[in-house]
Amino acid sequence: MKREDFIIRFAGEGGQGMVTSADGLAQAASMAGFHVQTFSTFPSQILGGPTWTQTRISTTPVRSSGDAIDVLVCFNREAYDNHKGEVRDDGVIIYNSGDFELESDGKSFGMPFEELAKSTGNARAENMVVIGAFAHLVNMPQEYLDAFVTTRFSRGRTGDDEIIRSNIEAMNLGRTQAAASGFSLAEMAEPQKPDYPQILIKGNEALSAGALAAGINFYVGYPISPATPILIAMERSLVGKDQFAYQASSEIEAINAIIGGSYAGKKTMTATSGPGLSLMSEAIGMAWMTEVPFVVVNVQRGGPATGLPTKTEQSDFQVALHPAHGDSALPVIAAGTVEECFYAAVAAVNWAERYQGPVILLSEMMLAERAQNIPRPETNKLKIEKRDVYKGEEGYLRYEAKGISPMPLPGSPGSYIANASEHDPYGDTTHLPERHVHMMERRFSKLKLLEDGEFESRNTDASIAVMPWGGSKGPTDEAYDILVEHNQKVAWYYTMFLHPLPAKLLEELLQKDLVLVPELNFQGQFSGYLRSLGIKAESITQYTGLPFNVSDLAQRLEERLGAITKGMVKA
Amino acid sequence: MSKKNPEYDFKWCPGCGDFGVRRAIEMAMQQWMVKSEIPVERNVVVAGIGCSGNTVHLLEGPQPYGFHGIHGRSLPLAMGVKMGNPDLNVLVVAGDGDFLSIGGEHIAPQAARNLNVCVVVMDNGVYGLTKGQSSPTSLQGAITSSTPFGKVETPVHPLNLFMTLGVSFVASSFSSKVKEMAELILQGMEHPGFAIVHVNSPCTTYNNTYEILKGDPKNNIPPVVYDIPASHDSSDHAAAMALVQAEGIPLGLVYKEPNSLPLDERVAATTSKAKARTADEIFDALVI
Repeated sequence: MKREDFIIRFAGEGGQGMVTSADGLAQAASMAGFHVQTFSTFPSQILGGPTWTQTRISTTPVRSSGDAIDVLVCFNREAYDNHKGEVRDDGVIIYNSGDFELESDGKSFGMPFEELAKSTGNARAENMVVIGAFAHLVNMPQEYLDAFVTTRFSRGRTGDDEIIRSNIEAMNLGRTQAAASGFSLAEMAEPQKPDYPQILIKGNEALSAGALAAGINFYVGYPISPATPILIAMERSLVGKDQFAYQASSEIEAINAIIGGSYAGKKTMTATSGPGLSLMSEAIGMAWMTEVPFVVVNVQRGGPATGLPTKTEQSDFQVALHPAHGDSALPVIAAGTVEECFYAAVAAVNWAERYQGPVILLSEMMLAERAQNIPRPETNKLKIEKRDVYKGEEGYLRYEAKGISPMPLPGSPGSYIANASEHDPYGDTTHLPERHVHMMERRFSKLKLLEDGEFESRNTDASIAVMPWGGSKGPTDEAYDILVEHNQKVAWYYTMFLHPLPAKLLEELLQKDLVLVPELNFQGQFSGYLRSLGIKAESITQYTGLPFNVSDLAQRLEERLGAITKGMVKA
Repeated sequence: MSKKNPEYDFKWCPGCGDFGVRRAIEMAMQQWMVKSEIPVERNVVVAGIGCSGNTVHLLEGPQPYGFHGIHGRSLPLAMGVKMGNPDLNVLVVAGDGDFLSIGGEHIAPQAARNLNVCVVVMDNGVYGLTKGQSSPTSLQGAITSSTPFGKVETPVHPLNLFMTLGVSFVASSFSSKVKEMAELILQGMEHPGFAIVHVNSPCTTYNNTYEILKGDPKNNIPPVVYDIPASHDSSDHAAAMALVQAEGIPLGLVYKEPNSLPLDERVAATTSKAKARTADEIFDALVI
């Protein structure tokens, strides 16, 4: 029987081409019509340190990076020792015999990666040697790979032909070595190339594109892992008349600059990670107070403090909801897939413009660095919103209304003072109790404008539900299929719109006996929030710096469901 | 605020130097609007926290736009406003605590960028709004509510600091010299780049330095402030450095960089050959 799903992991030292191997294989497989997803994790240093990347290839859309490994490629001994335990019983290990030798363990074969690459005249083709060996193991036709190499290296430069030739030769050398080893895995099923236009894109790129499609024309940011690629994408995009992108000297500078830019009429954004969000805290409160729209992207990593800069975690939900001191509750949208990174960015910009205030957009390290094939978004079909701008004469009082009111822009009549202190209708500082009451209610009333978010639901008649958020969507979705296969009666809910929740979703969740929330943090932050809304929710937590493993998660969910069914634990 | 607002109850103390600074700002802005034929709504006054920040609310006459932001962040806020719409005239008002202590980290990057805004620093050598704590410009040994045994630090020398950081327009004034101050603020607004007008604006409640600054001829106390001689060449960087490193506080235009290129024009020049990218152009490169 043909196999429909393969996972290959590349492990070694940073700088040995781990990322280009995973990305290259993903590109080749997706061009052939497979669905792909990559995952990478590396230490916070420029070169070296234990690094691994993974590519999952499937004939159906890939929802998670997958559990057990079919093929492990080890660039050094340490990688072999650390990862061999995760290889399936029938999996194969390819190791770099140029670096170390192994006693036979029944599932490994060696080949000298560097020597083989050098023999083609192209020392950089090591990853092609490995990809070729993998292709042999899964019986992947060579024409898929030739097409990829030809496309990738046809860059209109002299020498392109030689690079293409040497890369193809390197793949053939890898194939020959793998064939000589005698190992093979099951044959890979034929891909069904999707009949819609596709792109292969990483989460951070998709998020940047979404921001641009939604009209962001002013970006100021400060480098921080794993959000830096967004700064770079925006700097390369927002040039020329009426567009601005800039690297600030700190997150404090960045946040204040985008507040000033939005006050002056631009659609503005910044992107950061946990430590940067902490520094932006006070200014975000000012924007809530002054009612200035913009988006802050927080690509979450492990925390607190410097924490785990290159590992994944979903531990910033609470700080996203309440980044500032005082009474405020920010709108929060969380992307759960690479494709959602695009649409969540569009939604976040729309929300900011609609309610005239800051919106926190959560992404995660595991999404940011993940390459995945997705349907190409149709930008001309997007609904793009713009703030209501004041168009009258002088004498306007921006903060007089009980709810949202048009925003004047400097340069046009309607001057007012945006004031971080509590203020009267014009913006002058005030301490009157009735004014604080009026303004507090005005600010919170605007959240009502954001309760129309979309959500997913399945098997809604079940009294117990599973509801992941953010990047745990994919693994939970796969685990949910296992639950359904096992005849568990359980509902599925998911939304990107975390605060405020879609009104109808809230209504449905309030009816449930229990909502189980898989999330990557210690405290169970999201279920705590759901409980504060009156929903009976509890978390399935993990805090390893890595995403959920599907089979583990399914088992934990079933254990919890089983305990409830048997009446051992009250729902 | 153009008229008396019963809800707004902040007041400067009688004799506060900030009254003079406010008047000079109003005069300079009025002259600027007439000269450059722009309406009042093209002006934005950005402030942080402190007695200085309340200038935004206390300006009389036609009202510019205002942003009264959080403590110490007026410069990055002003950078956003200016780069968001370079046609705006952006004036920053700040105090010595707001600008030189908590906001000190923001001066160097804007000097390096030559952000095209004019800053009026209202320096009273003390934290007035929080009732008399020591500030970066309080003198060493000063007894204040937060330095009960005397201030330990050597004071910051603002003009020397601004020159050293490469600010492209540096002027110095005194709150009682309203007309001269207005002229310097106007020049600062006209300057294509980062302009700072530093004003000694005494706090009559916590740090009354009028007598020290002006001197007391009757008791043979010489003034600390003096007018910069007409012979000073404000385009001469070395001469300006010598001026700010000498004794006393010079009043007038210290330095004006002759070929100042502001941030907005630097960005335009640097990116003139770059091509903007849309979402679809990003996708085009990623098609499979």
